[in-house]
Amino acid sequence: MVATLMLGASASARAQGVRPYTVVGDAIPASLTGAPGDPERGLKIVTNRQVGLCLLCHSGPYPEERFQGTMAPTLAGAGTRWSEGQLRLRMVDAARISPETIMPPYYRVDGLTRVAPGFRGKTILTAEQIEDVVAYLKTLKN
Amino acid sequence: MEKRLRLVAPALAIVLAAIASLAFAEIPLSQRRSGYEQMSREVKAMQDDDTSNPASLSVLDGEALWTRREGSAQKSCADCHHDAETSMRGVSARYPAFDAAKRRPLDIEQRINLCRTEKQQATPLPFESRDLLALTAYLGKQSRGMPIAVISDDDTKPFIEAGRQIYARRQGQLNLSCQNCHDDNAGQKLAGVELPQGHPTGYPLYRLEWQSLGSLQRRLRNCLFGMRAEPYAYGADEYVDLELFLMWRARGMTVETPAVRP
Repeated sequence: MVATLMLGASASARAQGVRPYTVVGDAIPASLTGAPGDPERGLKIVTNRQVGLCLLCHSGPYPEERFQGTMAPTLAGAGTRWSEGQLRLRMVDAARISPETIMPPYYRVDGLTRVAPGFRGKTILTAEQIEDVVAYLKTLKN
Repeated sequence: MEKRLRLVAPALAIVLAAIASLAFAEIPLSQRRSGYEQMSREVKAMQDDDTSNPASLSVLDGEALWTRREGSAQKSCADCHHDAETSMRGVSARYPAFDAAKRRPLDIEQRINLCRTEKQQATPLPFESRDLLALTAYLGKQSRGMPIAVISDDDTKPFIEAGRQIYARRQGQLNLSCQNCHDDNAGQKLAGVELPQGHPTGYPLYRLEWQSLGSLQRRLRNCLFGMRAEPYAYGADEYVDLELFLMWRARGMTVETPAVRP
């Protein structure tokens, strides 16, 4: 596959504190922070319904968590299905892969409509949180 | 290569059109379901029995308001409209309805307030106020069991279309549209809750989560809040257009007002 290089974040996004990243194919190979994330913190983000919001739509290997979603594939095995870079792009801005996806853009502030004032100009997760979640999802092997 | 492209292009166009129509698929009329059908037996029973339906008190309040003289004109609703059980039968089922003077559709709340300001010379009732909810519940009750029958004609079509566009538009930090959940994923679970198709068959309704009666606009605000989107102001044209589209989408379904929902 021919690798395509795209500059991730636009100038206005950079001004609002979104770090630039490089998309290669369907992945962002490099850490947004330049450092690996912490999978234990990632697990806490994923299962927190106010922070990660993941279990609203996804289910996962959490028998103790009630009320998991069925709108999206299970997180179980995500680390087998996807590489670290693929997971990162799917977190950052999954619409780049599939424009019709319902996966929210966790690290994008551009191209959104009527964002509530308290969230305007802010990403759903910070770069550090994205890296923690990516590090955690990598551990979800089949 | 060029020849192959010429062969592939129409096929590709068909595939793309199929994908586009899938993405914007509306629920077939025969497959529409009221949120009522997804409720537990206990909550259904609560709605079905007027003596246990917590909205019944508001309906009684509305009945009392119907005959109360208001404003500097000292007129009651009943002074012009007489017995609501006959004059208001089927009215709510047609709202939002086009108002020739305003050149746009009004919802039932706005229609009541227009009567208040113009006929009763009274101040409009605030959205979500006890009295406005009571009156809309009382009026809605007069259409209970009747089919939703908003009018789609040259006057209303542009507003139905405007509502449809709001329904389909991605909004908020989570970048979701109404359609993403209530058409494309209806029946799936959002956390533990089965997503309804979102037909406004029972408003105003008593929501156990609210512990009160509330309007459709209040419910729409809840969803916008969840999408991390900026809500519209109560009474905004966008809400009324969306209400009109949703009622048109639910055309023919049975009015349940005052409904009960979890």
